[in-house]
Amino acid sequence: MAQPASLDLQRAADGVLQVRLAGDWLLANPLPATAPVLEQIRGATPPTRVEFEAAGLGRWDTALPTALVAIRRAAEAAGVPVSDQQLPPGAQRLLRLAFAVKERADARRALVHRSLAEQIGQASLGIWAALVDLVSFIGICAQSLGRMARGKATYQRSDLLVAIQEAGAESLPIVSLISFLIGMIFAFVGVRQLEQFGAGIYVADLVAVAMVREMAPIMTAIIMAGRTGAAYAAGLGTMKVNEEIDALSSMGVDPIDFLVLPRLVALIVMLPLLALYGSLLGILGGAAVSLVMLDVSFVQYVAQTADSMQLSSLLGGLFKSFVYGSLVALAGCQQGMACGDSAMAVGQATTRAVVMGIVLIIVSAAVLTVIYITLDI
Amino acid sequence: MRGAALGDHITVSRLTMAYGDFLIQKDLDFSVRRGEVFIVMGGSGCGKTTLLKHLIGLKEPVSGDVLYGGRSFWTATDQEREQAKRQFGVLFQGGALWSSMTLAENVALPLRLYTTLADAEVRDITAYKLSLVGLAGFEQYYPSELSGGMRKRAGLARAMALDPEILYFDEPSSGLDPLSARLLDELILELRDSLGTTVVVVSHELASIFAIGDRAVFLDAEAKTQLAVGDPRVLRDSSPDPRVRNFLSRGEADGTA
Repeated sequence: MAQPASLDLQRAADGVLQVRLAGDWLLANPLPATAPVLEQIRGATPPTRVEFEAAGLGRWDTALPTALVAIRRAAEAAGVPVSDQQLPPGAQRLLRLAFAVKERADARRALVHRSLAEQIGQASLGIWAALVDLVSFIGICAQSLGRMARGKATYQRSDLLVAIQEAGAESLPIVSLISFLIGMIFAFVGVRQLEQFGAGIYVADLVAVAMVREMAPIMTAIIMAGRTGAAYAAGLGTMKVNEEIDALSSMGVDPIDFLVLPRLVALIVMLPLLALYGSLLGILGGAAVSLVMLDVSFVQYVAQTADSMQLSSLLGGLFKSFVYGSLVALAGCQQGMACGDSAMAVGQATTRAVVMGIVLIIVSAAVLTVIYITLDI
Repeated sequence: MRGAALGDHITVSRLTMAYGDFLIQKDLDFSVRRGEVFIVMGGSGCGKTTLLKHLIGLKEPVSGDVLYGGRSFWTATDQEREQAKRQFGVLFQGGALWSSMTLAENVALPLRLYTTLADAEVRDITAYKLSLVGLAGFEQYYPSELSGGMRKRAGLARAMALDPEILYFDEPSSGLDPLSARLLDELILELRDSLGTTVVVVSHELASIFAIGDRAVFLDAEAKTQLAVGDPRVLRDSSPDPRVRNFLSRGEADGTA
């Protein structure tokens, strides 16, 4: 049966503070507070020295040295000497060990509380800094693309091919599914509305124009932001944490050329192709719905679709997906290369890459649409 | 104070380890006594760290068992095994601190999970454990702000959080300069002496092996089993197996390198 732990204070006439420890000092049991000792030490008339008395001390674990360290730390701060002669030898050694390394004066940090205004200000500055980083990263990548065009960039062709495969062929299943379903959804909406005017066949125009000009580029870009942009940020971020990027730099290889360039080119080349493929699947999805719900034949539907298509719509859509592809790849690579050096930072970089990618897609979509309308494309 | 009672604390019994079909080590048979510093040594790739993973319950043996205080670890139920795991602390090679938490939070997490201590007590204990490893005042630092040696020592503070009976160290001196490595060795001995903790160290640093090891087991990658168990100094001078003498004398025993 454990004896309750106790701590008694006695102030001798010569100013010596006697701390009498007794009972079993075990974490599992309730422990006496050290606060009275600390108050004495920090009080207006601090003791000349602190002495421990441990004759009645039973079993002990971490609980005892924890209390002793707290008392001695306070005593040191107040310049009061502590005598540990009476303590059990094990506790003396632990105490000596705990104070073997002097606390570095500049180590301790105060927790800083920031006001709401300051937090908002810091966040705004953070957004501005992120924009500046992105723009300068675009510049660095443009230089790298220039070196590639002149054949002076150092990268492995196999890396480029793997990146193309990952961004292209391996994305086909999810792009197929989403595009087909988007085409079907458009056709459902269109059929309901246009049938009221007896213009059901124009569903073909609606689906084709919407898919080719807007939906396929945006949907494939968002899919790729979540799929490939995130993979770029996580992959490059982990390489940064493992110092793999430093290893490349130390060999005189520009990590932008070697790591970012293949990824950037792969996504810029593959996204327009994926969008084109997505448009086709969307049109097929629309056709499937129209054939069931409307009284049209497949040939009629195809002819109507072909009629509605203009080269400018197709090129406009392709240009959009080219822009989105660049933005998604840039956001992913930039966040990956700017990643901090811990496991947490990789997660944060990935999150930021996806959020940034999607925001950039939508903002540029809005801007491009206005430009297209103004130019009457 | 925990008595440094003699007797076998950890017993490895006919343990065979493999990754799939790839055999790592077979028929390991040795025991670690209570309160001693036991070294698991051997060349690179011989399965030292794999053995550690079997001892701490991260990897299941193909056959054989590990016994803690005579109780089987691997034939026990999952719940019993989780209980058994609380009696040991592990210092991983790189410290393995959780990077999203400060040092104080790292050390406090096991205390918060497995004890009912009040916040103030947890804070005091955390400060004490960090000062034991020479990191007083670094409570609010994140692991990424520290040097490798400091991270290792913080990992040790976390491993000691629950006052474990057994401390496992995976390559404590790797990545440390000789001076820091020696300080860590001294810290290990000091903790063993004052707390009576059983210490198991995976290492191939000869200086450290001779400085702190009471006994050792030597694993060989080619024989795929243990070649010797005993005091490393005695093994160096008079092991019947030339491979053991060779390793412990840096290849100078038989004039072969």
